[in-house]
Amino acid sequence: MESVYLDHAATTPLHPDVFTAMLPYYKEVFGNPSSLHRYGQLAKIALDQSREKVAKCLGATPGEIIFTGGGTESDNLALVGVMEAFGQGHLITSQIEHHAILHTCDYLAGRGFEITYLPVGKNGKVDPEDLRQAIRPDTRLISIMFGNNETGIKQPIYELGNIAREHGVYFHTDGVQAVGLESFQLNELPIDLMSLSAHKINGPKGVGALYIAKGVKIASHIHGGSQEKKKRAGTENVPGIVGLAKALEIVTANKESLWGKYLCFKSIMVETWKKDGLNFTVNNIEEDCLPHILNVSFPNVKRETLLMNLDLQGIAASGGSACTAGSLQPSHVLQAMGLEEDCVDSAIRFSFGFGNTDEEIQQAAEKIARIVQRLNK
Amino acid sequence: MIYFDNSATTKPYPESVKVFSDVAGDFFGNPSSLHGLGLKSGKLLQQARQIAANSLGVSSGELIFTSGGTESNNSAIKGVALAYRERGKHIITSAIEHASVYETCKQLEDLGYTVTVLPVNRKGIVSVEDVKKALREDTILVSIMQVNSELGSIQPIGEIASLLSHYPKVLFHVDGVQGFGKLPVMPKKWGIDLLSLSAHKFHGGRGTGLLYVRQGVKLSPLMSGGGQEQGRRSGTENLPGIVAMARAMKIGMGNLGKNQKHMSRLRDHLITRLKELPYCILNSPEVTNVEGAPQIVNFSCPGLKSEVIVHALEDYDIYVSTRSACSSKNDKPSRVLLAAGMDVDRAKSALRVSFSPENTIEEVDRFIEAVEQTVPKLAKIMRV
Repeated sequence: MESVYLDHAATTPLHPDVFTAMLPYYKEVFGNPSSLHRYGQLAKIALDQSREKVAKCLGATPGEIIFTGGGTESDNLALVGVMEAFGQGHLITSQIEHHAILHTCDYLAGRGFEITYLPVGKNGKVDPEDLRQAIRPDTRLISIMFGNNETGIKQPIYELGNIAREHGVYFHTDGVQAVGLESFQLNELPIDLMSLSAHKINGPKGVGALYIAKGVKIASHIHGGSQEKKKRAGTENVPGIVGLAKALEIVTANKESLWGKYLCFKSIMVETWKKDGLNFTVNNIEEDCLPHILNVSFPNVKRETLLMNLDLQGIAASGGSACTAGSLQPSHVLQAMGLEEDCVDSAIRFSFGFGNTDEEIQQAAEKIARIVQRLNK
Repeated sequence: MIYFDNSATTKPYPESVKVFSDVAGDFFGNPSSLHGLGLKSGKLLQQARQIAANSLGVSSGELIFTSGGTESNNSAIKGVALAYRERGKHIITSAIEHASVYETCKQLEDLGYTVTVLPVNRKGIVSVEDVKKALREDTILVSIMQVNSELGSIQPIGEIASLLSHYPKVLFHVDGVQGFGKLPVMPKKWGIDLLSLSAHKFHGGRGTGLLYVRQGVKLSPLMSGGGQEQGRRSGTENLPGIVAMARAMKIGMGNLGKNQKHMSRLRDHLITRLKELPYCILNSPEVTNVEGAPQIVNFSCPGLKSEVIVHALEDYDIYVSTRSACSSKNDKPSRVLLAAGMDVDRAKSALRVSFSPENTIEEVDRFIEAVEQTVPKLAKIMRV
């Protein structure tokens, strides 16, 4: 039986072209970019070129891109770095952020910073008016994710960012799920910082980046050598960074077609289930969502049981964010949206990737329908 | 090509590259995912952790995988400083630590901690007596490296650990980045509490490292988020990188005796040859394996800037460095050499040769020939 991987929001397979691009930097150009000799300088050139590519894909300048060890580190650096640069003050975020943001906020709260967690409506969105109300004279940073990792629901980022600008407050967005599907001209947007992760876009694990707009005050989070303009110490992971740049170039070039493809997958699944008369609710609205995530509840079906049965049939899906490290806690995102307990407890996330095909999605949808019908009996 | 800059970074073992590629292809699932692919990745992660733990003689629950040596050092020092801040705010370190320890301690000073920076002797070695004298009621952590990255000087880790065994409230962190694979690294035998390693220094590939944290030691996480690595280091695990590192650890430990002996021969030979050159002074301690790690030889050609020699040697396809790569862009003379009592002139003309087990005696001879052909010539030009 063929298996179908529908958990791309957790992680994605490495694109073969990405690995091909990385390989020479393991084998031949293995130098340390900080070394003065030719081996170091060749590695440095690759590093600079990768930074230019990433900047170009995001509409930023190369000096505004800092490479990190992944999305979580980028989020930690953005929040801790900005707040520590100020030394004290207030940070605003939302209740539906990834744990890399929420737990970093807990850490900052322990360090004496004040945090406000904005609620979201039934549509999963932050109300710009709530943000406006929450801003205080000592607010230093607002961090609202671009697209949610469980639902794909997009926040009104530009509106929120503009409110931040009006008040002279830095605006950070966790773009981990959005990069690769959204177009960014970061230099023209009211965004001061944005996190991204390579392994969510068919790049390697262990690499990410943080966009830091020119002039933003930020302290280093990892101290040591003077790499990455002293904002992130540590020998640069050159093969990984080359992989990140390549992966970003590939998704950027294929953004439109991927967008269309994923919407199509979504509708294949939904239509199949409708036809079969399945009892289900879609928890994310189509037009305001990143297209690669379908979050759906099958009331009366236990999520653990369903996931296990899907897995036995070769379908890899998820009960929410993978990053709650193996646990099946009720989703804080769906709870914040005010969903019924029954819906929260039976929610499943299907997330698509570039390797998926119409046929396998169709087959998967049918298999899922049969499993749900059986479990519903 | 003669690559003598293995303390900056090493070429990954072909086996590590192969295993990286295999894992990236077949085990791409997120170890935190509950489905089959995730569990398969989780199992492989556990195996890699066991291999890494066996290589160090520790238990697998005591290892945290990180993005590299710098993160491990940051995580150890800030993690302990924050977790034990109620106990005290005094930290002891040395004047020759790597920038990732040195700068992290500086940041802690800004946060209200007091840091005692111990001096070193002419050989670049910390004295146990000085550690003892620096201990205070409120000391929570001592952080001393195993092998200095510029001089190669070996620190008395075992002795410091014995001393600190009488001070149960003081934790001991060792930056073992330059030691692993070259000298025995024995966290349990030494009795240390934390140890940092970096994969790309032992042929394991870039972007992966680990931190040993003895069971029972509290650590405030540097990276908050999904709670991976027992809540001590959040972020999706870099599984291909971790498995490649574990493989390199296994290879490195399996060949430690042989590699150490081979590099010691290279080192002794290089030192003997350098002594024949009147314009070279040895900066590293002379006695291999007792005072100086087998892979590092640091020497100066006073009167010449080290950058000039590095570039001149490049014409012979020989690659050495001026000092720690992480601070090579900085114009100031080496902080480490000055701490060891060398004058500015000598520090500014220092070169570091660092071996891997693949280097040969013939390469050392070719290196000496290149030095003989370039240095006197350059010295003449400089004098004019």
